[in-house]
Amino acid sequence: MSLDQDLPLLSVKNLSHFYGQHLGCKNVNFDLYPGEVLAIVGESGSGKTTLLNCLSTQIIPTDGAVFYRNRKGQSDNLYEMSEAQQRILLRTDWGFVRQHPRDGLRMNVSAGANVGERLMALGDRHYGKIRDTALDWLEKVEIQADRIDDAPRTFSGGMQQRLQIARNLVTNPRLVFMDEPTGGLDVSVQARLLDLIRRLVSELGLSIIIVTHDLAVARLLSDRIMVMKDGKVIEQGLTDQVLDDPHQAYTQLLVSSILHVGS
Amino acid sequence: MSLDQLTNEAPAYNFAYLDEQTKRMIRRAILKGIAVPGYQVPFAAREMPMPYGWGTGGVQVTASVLGESDILKVIDQGADDTTNAVSIRNFFAKTANVDLTTHTSEATVIQTRHRIPEEELQEHQTLVYQVPIPEPLRFLEPRETETRKMHALSEYGLIHVKLYEDIATHGHIATTYAYPVMVEGRYVMDPSPTPKFDNPKMHKSKALQLFGAGREKRIYALPPHTDVVSLDFEDHPFTIQEWPDTKCAMCGAEGVYFDEVILDDAGNNMFVCSDSDYCETRQSEGHLGPLNADYKERMQ
Amino acid sequence: MYVAVKGGEKAIKNAHTLFAAKRRGNENVPGLRLDQITEQLSFAVDRVMGEGSLYDPELAAMAIRQAQGDLIEAIFLIRAYRTTLPRFGYAEPIETGKMAIERRISATFKDLPGGQVLGPTFDYSHRLINFDFDAEAAPETPPSSDEDIDLNAEVPRVSDILGKSGMIEPDHQFDEGHETGDLTRTPIDFPTDRDVRLQNLARGDEGFLLALGYSTQRGYARSHPFAGEIRFGEVEVEFFAEELGFAVPIGTMEVTECQMINQFKGSAKAPPAFTRGYGLVFGQAERKAMSMALVDRSLRWKELGEEFSAPAQDQEFVLSHSDNIQATGFVEHLKLPHYVDFQAELDLIRTMRKEFDAQQNENGDEPKMEAAQ
Repeated sequence: MSLDQDLPLLSVKNLSHFYGQHLGCKNVNFDLYPGEVLAIVGESGSGKTTLLNCLSTQIIPTDGAVFYRNRKGQSDNLYEMSEAQQRILLRTDWGFVRQHPRDGLRMNVSAGANVGERLMALGDRHYGKIRDTALDWLEKVEIQADRIDDAPRTFSGGMQQRLQIARNLVTNPRLVFMDEPTGGLDVSVQARLLDLIRRLVSELGLSIIIVTHDLAVARLLSDRIMVMKDGKVIEQGLTDQVLDDPHQAYTQLLVSSILHVGS
Repeated sequence: MSLDQLTNEAPAYNFAYLDEQTKRMIRRAILKGIAVPGYQVPFAAREMPMPYGWGTGGVQVTASVLGESDILKVIDQGADDTTNAVSIRNFFAKTANVDLTTHTSEATVIQTRHRIPEEELQEHQTLVYQVPIPEPLRFLEPRETETRKMHALSEYGLIHVKLYEDIATHGHIATTYAYPVMVEGRYVMDPSPTPKFDNPKMHKSKALQLFGAGREKRIYALPPHTDVVSLDFEDHPFTIQEWPDTKCAMCGAEGVYFDEVILDDAGNNMFVCSDSDYCETRQSEGHLGPLNADYKERMQ
Repeated sequence: MYVAVKGGEKAIKNAHTLFAAKRRGNENVPGLRLDQITEQLSFAVDRVMGEGSLYDPELAAMAIRQAQGDLIEAIFLIRAYRTTLPRFGYAEPIETGKMAIERRISATFKDLPGGQVLGPTFDYSHRLINFDFDAEAAPETPPSSDEDIDLNAEVPRVSDILGKSGMIEPDHQFDEGHETGDLTRTPIDFPTDRDVRLQNLARGDEGFLLALGYSTQRGYARSHPFAGEIRFGEVEVEFFAEELGFAVPIGTMEVTECQMINQFKGSAKAPPAFTRGYGLVFGQAERKAMSMALVDRSLRWKELGEEFSAPAQDQEFVLSHSDNIQATGFVEHLKLPHYVDFQAELDLIRTMRKEFDAQQNENGDEPKMEAAQ
């Protein structure tokens, strides 16, 4: 067990993706360890979403490999897996929290069904138990129990996002991808959501790769940070170190712009 | 030869209308379907001389399995004399000249729309279903590319989401017909729009069951003695329709699927067997319901 | 006393007899002759041949007469007949560049090699009902063609002219080893290639394609189309004879071809160039050929790296619903008895209403308030 903790959960080797001749991301290398939160930051067009989509096998990259260590301790290249294996990972071992809740939720079925779907996909066939688990998770993400039969479209943006998190975490995934999960939310709602994510990460020991353009989000949540510009990783390291002492001019610019807003 | 002559003179067409090449193609699909129970086999359905949605899939399957010694029965809504059943039976009378029957037990091939006969089918019989929408996931996910993947990977969570929603909203599963089934623990299958009342009859049936969807160009099959389980939850098990305290007004049968017949504009109604052959056979055996003319005679 | 409804057989027979009488109408009016239909209702004949996928004007006329002018019904008759015909093989691709032109227009060039040939058309006519129309009167003698236009000369296609300068994409090329599909012999397997898509569109419903093509012009997947060329005329059909080792002409047919030229900004793979949407239909059917070309182009979004945003781009949506024989069958099958399923639903609604009432009673005297919340 302790040995496993020392080995990376995800190992990214020379990952590049081109859209035709247009560069998506180039030569990305990093390891993600169990329980670690990695933030990928950069402005739009920097390649961070392309990278996230490659890592989560939604896009098969032009070049490179990503090794994922499964629960048995075996490390396999994601892109050599069958689509079936990839899809099983996506709905069991992994989670994917999208920026827009409508992309990550079934808007036309109840909150309870949204949370229960993964359980049913894995073969749970006891309505009462599925419902209890859903209630449990709604409580964890601070959604009132009496909203369980309501459709997500009747929820506020913040609630929808919390529901999306519950829907993803119900199968106890080991790795969760998040794409700008706080984008489009009011500042106060953002803060509550970030708090929740932070609490769940520490309680559940989740590994997270989060894409954000918001350095404040990165600082609050992540252990490590990767700065991307024009498809390339230009700087990476411990979050506090990078943000307090950025080496690259571009990172300095990003950091200073945040500080100005903050002060 | 003119078209008019062609349509009037059946002998111009091959036995059972379809040419032998086409029949071979359909038989290959049927065999594949039997080999992989519940899997929807794509086949190059032909245009038939009746409209899509009116049984072209069933007709093509029947035409491909029918031999000269077969005895054919055609039912729609459980009855032999409903217009579309008559029309399809006439089609085969004209193009195949096989023996026809309305008696379930006599038939070797039964083509049906919306019902399974009440009488238990036997090894020598083949039941051919007309299927409008073969894809049980269609109304949850309209894309063929996606549903095919879901079947391939047994990703059936979504269909339980639907059942979950039913229970959350209504307190029970609210699907009454075309109730999805799991075949041999592998493929979720649409049983065609038969009432869920008929679902248990599919399970381990002694007869071969073939499903043809012409417009959607799919064939699937249940070989005899196949496991067919209606989807449900452990704490909300599958149940079938029941008409407590109801008897067929004509033959007195209980525990069958009933048609409700409105008798007058005051809302009075009665129930009769949906399976017309079953009902008539019972009557001829002396079983009489309260509204049967002979019943009153006997009472007097 | 209840008697189960019997006599479906008799009812059907009577309906057919009534229908035959309706078809004939007043017997004092002369019955329609086939040549009247082929000669005087040629657009109806062309549509039935196109969507029926069978080039035979006389048969199409027969179907139109039998269907009492219901063209979809006539198309259905043709399709059901067509499917029983033995298949000898596939003809060679027709050469529309060698078409004997009756009409040929380009909206993209004022003049071009081969010239603009307006030919017979509704265009530029005023849509005024001619109350004095005399069906028997002989029409004016059409003028003989311009001396400087030789209609028998080969007229190069606009796309070929543009193609020489590389301004427009070349003819569609498939990967090596690609076998042309046949949607009448193999069910469509999504996503499908352009060959099968075009086959589907060619027999697709004119109205459906018209609406979809129109939607692309109104901004749902806009492709900035220009009518590069529309040509109508006769082409030769050749068939490769195994025994002879070469192709022999087996007849001629009239077709309408539309090459739509569309803007394309270029992608990572390709420099900016004009792209094409293609339409080819039996007979003179310009509306259909143009609609087909617009829809063909919008279905190519993926290959050209465009954004997906509209119904006309969605091949499952378009190809699954274009066939009017499938569509009419399934819509009209709602006329068939459904009382077994309706009984099941009736039963369910009754149960649910009972449950609802029970719930209301339990909640005491203020059920309305509860329901409102």
